[in-house]
Amino acid sequence: MFILIVGCGRVGSAVAKKALADGHEVSVLDSDPLSHERLDKDQTASWEDAGGRFTVSAALEIDGLIEAGIEQADVFIAATRGDNTNLVIAQIAQRRYNVPRVVARVADPGRAKWYADQGLHTICPTQIAIEQAERMALSA
Amino acid sequence: MYVIIAGAGKVGWNLARELIAKDREVTVIESDHTRFRVVEEELEHAVQYGDATELWILERAGIQRADLVIAVTGDDEDNILICQVAKEKYGCQRIVARVNNPRNLQHFKLLGVQPAVSATDLILRLIEHEVPEYGLIQLLALEEEHLEIIELEVAEGCEAAGKRVQEISLPDGSLIISVLRGGAGFVPKADSVIEAGDQVLLILDPGLEQQITPQFAPGVGASA
Repeated sequence: MFILIVGCGRVGSAVAKKALADGHEVSVLDSDPLSHERLDKDQTASWEDAGGRFTVSAALEIDGLIEAGIEQADVFIAATRGDNTNLVIAQIAQRRYNVPRVVARVADPGRAKWYADQGLHTICPTQIAIEQAERMALSA
Repeated sequence: MYVIIAGAGKVGWNLARELIAKDREVTVIESDHTRFRVVEEELEHAVQYGDATELWILERAGIQRADLVIAVTGDDEDNILICQVAKEKYGCQRIVARVNNPRNLQHFKLLGVQPAVSATDLILRLIEHEVPEYGLIQLLALEEEHLEIIELEVAEGCEAAGKRVQEISLPDGSLIISVLRGGAGFVPKADSVIEAGDQVLLILDPGLEQQITPQFAPGVGASA
């Protein structure tokens, strides 16, 4: 599969490395060139030598998304630090480029749920933390 | 009519002022606390502090009964989502979104956020109205007299190039009054030949531009 990940933070870079190790084609896009370091960390070969792709661009920039391969992507993961950016680019991937599987990270539980109800796959770290905290702290 | 405005920047604040002056009920939502304090001094209870992209903030502002939601923050993603949620989740019939970067206009359209207003686009449209086609410059408009003077560049291979003035079919109410060539100008006679690269000055009744320009700049003429 060809996986495009937008946002090379802790989540994006970790998923990218796992996907590449699993044999997928992986392209990562981030506006910060230095975020590339996360992809090389703890790896024997550099990201590019291992076959990964990296594009420096703002997330909401069609030229950058096309360069990173949004037109060919089978999976699109929106994992920038901005909820609103993630929700907008995920919908662009879904509606304009018909990417079959689109996932967006949304920290705000309210919108994560509503957009999930509208058919977008959302991951809400806040909701996961709330549930875990409740389980750990409140369960008998 | 109840109006919610997201973003108390210059646009949002002034919109709120105008609408309040017209006796509309308005709530402005501002996420920057310093800005909120400044605006609150004037608008008082008509401004609320919070991130308008969060549902509970919109609900606190009473989005369920809003007749109009205007998203004019400085962030296009925020404006898109505020309007999308207002329309699709809360059923608000009328939305207006501000486009900060005109290149993002396509995303507003894709996600059904319309009308989307871009200041850059508005100004561009005004320019195009003033200069209906490229290559045409309006030099002087005598509005009282109902006349205007325009300058046109004679394109290579256009209909008028190489013709005598008398052979160029211009609509009634227009006249070539001067030709600029090689840094000098002259007043043409009926048998003067117009050459590609010339600048011609015409006097005309306003509104005749579109009939005139195609003869000097083919290919551009049809679109405007």
